[in-house]
Amino acid sequence: MSDSPTIAQVAPEADHHEHPPYLRHHFESTEQQADAAGFAMWLFLLTEVMFFGGLFTAYLIYRNWYYPAFVAASHQLSIPLGGFNTLLLITSSFTMAMGVWCAETRRKGGLVLCLILTFILGLGFLGVKTVEYREKIEKHHVPGFHFSLQSFTHPDKTNPATKNDLPLGDDMARHVELYFSLYFLMTGMHAVHMIIGIAILGFMIFRAQAGAYTSGHVTFVENFGLYWHFVDIVWIFLFPLLYLISRH
Amino acid sequence: MSATIVSLPDQTTARIPKVNYLTKENGILSWLLTGDHKRIAILYLISLSFFFFIGGALAGLIRLELLTPQTDLMATDTYNKVFTMHGVIMIFFFLVPSVPATLGNFLIPLMIGAKDLALPKINLLSWYLYMAGGILAIYTMATGGVDTGWTFTTPLSTHYVNTNVLTTGLAAFIAGFSSIFTGLNFIVTIHKMRAPGMTWFRLPLFVWAHYAASILMVLATPVVAIAIVLIALERTIGIGVFDPAKGGDPLLFQHLFWFYSHPAVYIMILPGMGVISETISTFSRKRVFGYTAVAFSSVAIAIFGFFVWAHHMFIMGISNYAVLVFSLLTMLVAVPSAIKIFNWTFTLYKGSITFETPMLYTFGFMGLFTIGGLTGVFLGTSGTDIHLTETYFIVAHFHFVMVGGMLMAFLAGIHFWWPKMTGRMYPEKISQLAAVVTFIGFNFTFFPQFILGTLGMPRRYASYPPEFQILNVFSTAGATILGVGYLLPVLYLTWSLKYGAIAGNNPWQATGLEWQTQSPPLTENFAVMPIMDHEAYDYEWLERQKEIKVTHVG
Repeated sequence: MSDSPTIAQVAPEADHHEHPPYLRHHFESTEQQADAAGFAMWLFLLTEVMFFGGLFTAYLIYRNWYYPAFVAASHQLSIPLGGFNTLLLITSSFTMAMGVWCAETRRKGGLVLCLILTFILGLGFLGVKTVEYREKIEKHHVPGFHFSLQSFTHPDKTNPATKNDLPLGDDMARHVELYFSLYFLMTGMHAVHMIIGIAILGFMIFRAQAGAYTSGHVTFVENFGLYWHFVDIVWIFLFPLLYLISRH
Repeated sequence: MSATIVSLPDQTTARIPKVNYLTKENGILSWLLTGDHKRIAILYLISLSFFFFIGGALAGLIRLELLTPQTDLMATDTYNKVFTMHGVIMIFFFLVPSVPATLGNFLIPLMIGAKDLALPKINLLSWYLYMAGGILAIYTMATGGVDTGWTFTTPLSTHYVNTNVLTTGLAAFIAGFSSIFTGLNFIVTIHKMRAPGMTWFRLPLFVWAHYAASILMVLATPVVAIAIVLIALERTIGIGVFDPAKGGDPLLFQHLFWFYSHPAVYIMILPGMGVISETISTFSRKRVFGYTAVAFSSVAIAIFGFFVWAHHMFIMGISNYAVLVFSLLTMLVAVPSAIKIFNWTFTLYKGSITFETPMLYTFGFMGLFTIGGLTGVFLGTSGTDIHLTETYFIVAHFHFVMVGGMLMAFLAGIHFWWPKMTGRMYPEKISQLAAVVTFIGFNFTFFPQFILGTLGMPRRYASYPPEFQILNVFSTAGATILGVGYLLPVLYLTWSLKYGAIAGNNPWQATGLEWQTQSPPLTENFAVMPIMDHEAYDYEWLERQKEIKVTHVG
């Protein structure tokens, strides 16, 4: 029971013991602060899982219902481009993990280098994605914008990916648009997360150069690392679901 | 546990401490940029009340229109917009954030002995998101409103209406993130910020209830966010996930939407149940009967709540087997809810009960929530549901739970912790009157609607056959009384800010840590870090503390 106002007034002033400048007033120790921030980040990623979960559920249900349409539509995607992008993202996750290690071991030069590499690899991913999107626009595969069923009612026999495809009947072919709706939604939502990540990376590069993360306060780098790996993992699920599982 | 004698109020410290969270800093910016959970709670309380009165005014319009069988007050289109905006504002901007964002924000750090929530900036961000969403909703209303019903049902919302679906959806989307951040903050705080000795089973049940509600906020809200994104993209650029013409399925939207919106009703009610656990223990001077059962029943409601969403879709063309399974799962939710009600009732048994305002609201909650919950069983049973769904029975059912349950709990909580928040007591007599008026008005308003529903009056129509008029007049008359019941607290609580009796630290002689610090509390909550050395609701401990003080002083 501390109902004495005199104690109440004095006590906060007496709180001037030594602690690192980044320790916020309401935490007892830096461990508690780092713990809380890391836990919050994991919870946030959980909400992200649920956010993407809605889309994955929709995709899996429709793929089950309209299997032939989804198979034919997936043949229009380029495995080399998708594979290359997967490689870029996995490499960027590696450089990010190295970045976190550099921050923990207080290597400023290494941290900045790793962040820049991650930044470039992320941009590279988005660049390749743009190439893929442009191809879809050229083929009229964007739902809602002059969508054409030509490639599915009359498969291209010269293209090795589609030369064994049977033409789809009208009933099934109209579900192809659904595949592309989901394709753009899922990859688009993923790309939005990439763009946000790259923006934060840009900010972090400047902060890292100023030495903000190599003085023992690595929470921000660690949590951003978690976010980056999460976005990577989303792609690790997207790539097989959209590109790979319907190839023979 | 023996009942102990009540001594009210605690006048041993009959002055408001000069230094507290309200006086620490001055100026509008010190409020708008604050990281203090208590100030953010006050910001929420003011803005929530504002939205409640907008939603309430819309409800008043609905009841006025329904006074007569004809559509005479407004056109049917306008009526559609009015009930939609009533639903959107009341659900997304009042009920979902009501208790968590105000009382939860204010009390969770105090109850667990922390200086603040774990993420103060995120907490402030969540208020700004809430305000952004709210202002967008008001803007929507001012520029023509929306008429899909608060459920944004496809294909109506994607293809057939020409109203502001996009801005309303965006408003709900933004408010959803506000709720996600609140829930996330609570979970982290409860896990990582507890004072020494504050074990999980010494937490007040209010905290347990908020923990369960936070799980729902964090896991369910993102799903409605993506559902709203899909609606927006379908309206703007014409993707076809819910459009049968493009191979999509409108039912998928229902699944995604109710996957959030059913757990959302537990987001709304669980924190209210937390309030009831606190008041019922304090005003019967007994430890809550079956503490562990009540704590786990909150978590059970949260878990079961995820597996019952399709009971909103019994008549929408899901398979009979799905109806069977979801009907059964729906019955399961009744079990933890009943555990709570029975345990609260046993808490009253042989307690020394007093009838202060929070307790009156608590009794109101228990009666009305029980009726609301039991009629929910009617609706969870597929046979009766087919008869009763989309009638006034369902309207009465969820208003009994949300208004009769949740709002009563909210008012109980506001009165109960008002002395802690402001340092002053509310006037007891008039507030007891307000509680009784609210209870009477509520029953007059919504009980006739059960009868209307069983007679077959459909919801969401501006006109009805003349034989239903007498019950509708009852209902509208009751709504007027209810309006008075809600206006009174605003008046006397505002009055009490200046003229209320000084409360002292612990006017209710309650045991929670929040009552062991000054009122209003310091910005840091506690002058010295509290150490929890007793179980929750241990009134004998409180008595011992008093004896210690007496010997110390004397």
